[in-house]
Amino acid sequence: MKRILVGVKRVVDYNVRIRVKPDGRGVITNGVKMSVNPFDEIALEEALRIKERGAAEEVVVATVGPADCQQQLRTCLAMGADRALHVQADGVIEPLVAARALLKLAEKEQPFLVILGKQAIDDDNSQTGQMLAALWQRPQATFASKVELEGEKARVTREVDAGLETLEVDLPAVITTDLRLNEPRYVKLPDIMKAKKKPLETLTLAALGVEQRQRLKLTRFEPPPQRQKGVKVKDAAELVAALKSKGIL
Amino acid sequence: MGNRILIVAEHDGARLNPATAKCVTCGSGIPDGEITVAVCAADASAVASQAAALKGVARVLAVDHPSNAYLLAAAVAPQIAALASPFSHVLGPSTTFGKDVMPRIAALLDSAQISDIMAVEGATRFRRPIYAGNAIVTVEVEAGAKVVGTVRAASFQPAPAGGSAAVEKTAVSAEIPAHTRFVSLSAAKSDRPDLQTAAKVVSGGRALGSAEAFQKTLYPLADKLGAAVGATRAAVDAGYAPNELQVGQTGKIIAPELYIAIGISGAIQHLTGIKDARTIVAINKDSEAPIFEVADFGLVGDLFQIVPEIERLLT
Repeated sequence: MKRILVGVKRVVDYNVRIRVKPDGRGVITNGVKMSVNPFDEIALEEALRIKERGAAEEVVVATVGPADCQQQLRTCLAMGADRALHVQADGVIEPLVAARALLKLAEKEQPFLVILGKQAIDDDNSQTGQMLAALWQRPQATFASKVELEGEKARVTREVDAGLETLEVDLPAVITTDLRLNEPRYVKLPDIMKAKKKPLETLTLAALGVEQRQRLKLTRFEPPPQRQKGVKVKDAAELVAALKSKGIL
Repeated sequence: MGNRILIVAEHDGARLNPATAKCVTCGSGIPDGEITVAVCAADASAVASQAAALKGVARVLAVDHPSNAYLLAAAVAPQIAALASPFSHVLGPSTTFGKDVMPRIAALLDSAQISDIMAVEGATRFRRPIYAGNAIVTVEVEAGAKVVGTVRAASFQPAPAGGSAAVEKTAVSAEIPAHTRFVSLSAAKSDRPDLQTAAKVVSGGRALGSAEAFQKTLYPLADKLGAAVGATRAAVDAGYAPNELQVGQTGKIIAPELYIAIGISGAIQHLTGIKDARTIVAINKDSEAPIFEVADFGLVGDLFQIVPEIERLLT
């Protein structure tokens, strides 16, 4: 079956104002709204559009994380994914562990594409897709803003610092999505009802043979330094004079 | 035991990217370290000599290979992984090049990666921003493990000239896959300074109203100042400016001496990209705009009058 595997992560919703815990041991996530990582929603949307064009037969969504992640997997099923895989794990899951778990799923599911967000908006690591591609020994096309499938190949346009780069990759391949790839659809109520009946399989890292190793110790969290509020000037002349007197112009 | 630091050079075949000189500064902060720069290229000689001239660089490895005519992560990663074993640290820039290739290298080395290093606190202890810069975390690498990381350009000054490192031609035995091929790069050609490294940046938001107004209003001022031009995500999404001009969390994170924000309200994701600017000037007609909370100099008024006036005053 022509299958696409989509990796998603449960993260603090992008509208939540992030606050560091007073003891510096993390950020406050208790009672905070959680969502599907926005870049991963774009990844799922792209997979669904490929399927709707007839170029894929099944979209499987996968995540690694605690039991609560099933809410986000249900959201993905409501968006249109056919089934979900939940690799249950508590505690810190580093990108290399997530990549190893996704590798096992890729070996099992044999997708022709794995699509993930270019980064998760909590840790901002931007690593999992690239690590998966390395371990899977397959091509990677990161920060994608356009994906075209041509038989056994994909042509991917990437947003790079210099402009737009186009790569051709043999399939299977890993793609990570940038913001402008597409605009994810909204979930409709009937779809939420339907999603409850779609298959959601629960696995464990141990069953996949992946060790949950934490190699990086996160010793202290702190808020960023605040910029001091400056002064208001009344017109262009005063602004130019102020910049000149400070030696900036 | 000293630390041996390998830096993956970014370049376009002819010129070393300034982000590499910032990696050298970051590497110089690692105690008891010796810095080696690896230049993977079709013909590395020109770029290698630029890297050798950076102060703090002890050695440059010039890795010539035909597959390096255009740097692809899938091809560069196995070459660096093959070179990495004697090194305690492998660093690259947190540019789209480094973000693409470094995790691939880390996975080949079975290492974790520290992304966006903003400060060095020791050979195995670093600080990095998370949650779009809304929190800073201190990260410690387990003892004895190789440190793989990307260096946040906005947090380090480029290493100055004044080095005279030896350049060594180095052959690597790595299997380079043919499954990834470069097709094209479309870059808007511009005579203006590069946004990522410019000392001055003039940036516009959705209040400019159209692509034409964006150009007509911002470009003359940018030209007069010798500044790069930037844009908000809203301005890019509205089609006023090409995407490579986008400044912010999902665009470029920059640290110019002077940032002039014109018609920019100051969404959090935009402010994330300019937090490290030395001086921020904001021009906006809404006196309640959040950009004024972070601006050193704020001017409330009609940008279409103010900007040409500033330009005249600079003559």
